[in-house]
Amino acid sequence: MPYIQNSDQDRAAMLARIGVRSVEDLFAAAIPEALRQRTLPAISPGLDEDELTRQAAEVGAENRAAGSGACFLGAGAYDHGWIAAVDHLMQRSEFLTAYTPYQPECSQGTLQWIYEFQSMIAEICGMEVANASMYDGCSAAAEAALMAIATTRRKKVVVSAGLHPDTREAIRTYLKHVDAVVVEAPLAGGVTNWSGAVDSATAAMFVQQPNFLGCVERLAPVAETAKAAGAMSVAVINPVATGLLRSPGAAGFDIAVGDGQPLGVPMGFGGPWFGFFATRMAHVRRMPGRLVGISQDQQGRRAFTLTFQTREQHIRREKATSNICTNNALIALRGCVHMAALGPKGLEEVACVSRQRMQETVEALAAAGVPLAFPQTPYFNEAAFRLGADADARALRKALRAEEIFGGIGVSRWYPDLAGVFTLACTERTRPDDIVRLARVAARFARQQAAR
Amino acid sequence: MRPSDRSYLDTHEWAQLQGSVATVGITDFAVEQLGELVYLDLPAPGRKVKRGESFGEVESVKAVSDINSPVEGEVVEVNGALADDLGTLQGDPFRGGWLIRVKVAGSGALSGLLDAASYEKIVASEA
Repeated sequence: MPYIQNSDQDRAAMLARIGVRSVEDLFAAAIPEALRQRTLPAISPGLDEDELTRQAAEVGAENRAAGSGACFLGAGAYDHGWIAAVDHLMQRSEFLTAYTPYQPECSQGTLQWIYEFQSMIAEICGMEVANASMYDGCSAAAEAALMAIATTRRKKVVVSAGLHPDTREAIRTYLKHVDAVVVEAPLAGGVTNWSGAVDSATAAMFVQQPNFLGCVERLAPVAETAKAAGAMSVAVINPVATGLLRSPGAAGFDIAVGDGQPLGVPMGFGGPWFGFFATRMAHVRRMPGRLVGISQDQQGRRAFTLTFQTREQHIRREKATSNICTNNALIALRGCVHMAALGPKGLEEVACVSRQRMQETVEALAAAGVPLAFPQTPYFNEAAFRLGADADARALRKALRAEEIFGGIGVSRWYPDLAGVFTLACTERTRPDDIVRLARVAARFARQQAAR
Repeated sequence: MRPSDRSYLDTHEWAQLQGSVATVGITDFAVEQLGELVYLDLPAPGRKVKRGESFGEVESVKAVSDINSPVEGEVVEVNGALADDLGTLQGDPFRGGWLIRVKVAGSGALSGLLDAASYEKIVASEA
C-alpha cells in the first residue's frame, strides 16, 4: 500500500476545487521560477552513495560559516556567545525528545521552565506578562498587529519603515487576510518620522528598537501618541539592548515583541530561532499563544498549569484569540537557560561591551575615511555607514570577505534613497584585533577610491 | 417560566424595551450552562451593535462565549458594577445582572425576537 493515500482521483478533485490543473502548476504558482532548481550542476548524474556524499561535501565546503572569520553581520542576527550549559541542557532527552505536552500538567518540568522563561522575558520587556514564546520575531509582530486590531476594533496599522523588512512583510501578509491596511511611517535622518501617520482609525503603532539601520528611536513619544489616538503601541526590540536602553514597558508601551536569537541562539541560516511576546495584564485575554501559570494541586503543593486555555483554538475553534498552536519550545529553552545564566547584571554587561565594540568600530572607520550615515543619531550595537554609491559598498564588502571579515550589508535594496549605505554590527565576541583589521581594509579601500 | 415582559434570542440573550432604550442581558439558562463565571468583556458606550452580532464575551472556567445583541442600535450605558462582582450576573441575570443599554431606532426594535413561551421551548430542547 502506498504511504501517501491520496488517489489520483483525490488529487484531481482537490486540484479542480482550487482551480489548478496539475501539481506542477500548483508549485509554479507558489515558488518563483528563479528559485526553482531543476538540476544540480555541481553534482554529476548517476553517482553511487559514497561518491555523491563526497561531491556534496566538496560543494558544501565552499560555504563560509560566520564563525570561520570575524563577524560584523547584523540586520537581525547577531553573533553573541553563550555558555556550554545552553547546548548541554537543550540536548537533555527530557527536553529534546518531548513533544508538545497534550496533557501538559503531567510535564511539570516543561511547564516550570516555560514559566521561568515567561518571567524573565516579562522582566526584560518591562511588562507584566509574557507568553510561552512564538515561532520567531516576525510572527510575534504580526500576531501583535492582529491583537491590536481585535482590541481596538480598528483596521489600520502604522509601522515604522525602520522595522526589519522581513517583519514588515510578515505583518502585511497576515493582515492581507483580515481586510486591514498597513501604512508605513518613513525614516528621516535614520529615525521614524511619525507626523500625520496616526489618526482615529489607527489600531497600532509599531516601532523597532534599535531600528533596522541601528539607530536608537525615541520610544516614549510613540507610546504617548498611540495612547492619545486610542491606538496600541508595539515595540519590536532586540532583547539584549534592554541591558542599556529603556524597556518598552518603562516607556509606556502596550506590547513588546522580538526575536530571541540574540539570547543564546545560533544565527544558523536564519533559524530556527524563537519569538517572544509580552504585554500588560489588562490585555492578557487577547494575548496569542500559550501561557503557563502557577497554582496549587489538591494537596496544596505548588503546581504549574496552562492557563487561559478557554481562549485557545482547541476549545474556541474559529473564535480563538489566535490560531498560533505551537512555539519553538526547544529553542526558547536555549533562551531560558541563557537568560538564567546571564542574569540582569550579565545582560547589562553584554549590552555594554557590545556597545563599546561598536563605538570602537565607528571611531576606527571614521579615521579610515568611512563615516557614519546618521552621525546625529545614537546607536547601540549596530550602525549604518555611508560610502558614495552601492558599487562602493559592494566593493568594500568583497575586500573584507577576502580577509575573512564578514559584514557590510547594503541597505538600498530596501531603502532606495540610501544608496551606498551599509550596516555593521558588534557583539561582546567582537575582538579589538578584528576591529583593527576591519579598519585597515577600509582605509586601504578608501585610499584606492580617492586615488581613482 | 422566564419573564414574559421581554424578548429573547435563541442564543440565550434577552432584551427589554423602555421607550427607545433596550436593556440587554443573558438568560439564567446561559449562566447555568456556562458554570462559574470568571470574566466579562463589555463594549464601551458609543459602540454600534447589530442584531445577532457579538458585542462582548463572557468567560467561565469552562469556556469563552460570545454575547450577541438582540437589538440594533448604539450602546448608551454599560453595567459597570459587574466588572467587580460577577456574582450579580450569576445570581440575578434578569435584573441586577443586565449587561448593556442600547438606544434603538424605531418601534419595531424587538419584532421578530422570541417571546418567553417560544424561548422556553428552545431551552427545553437544549437542556
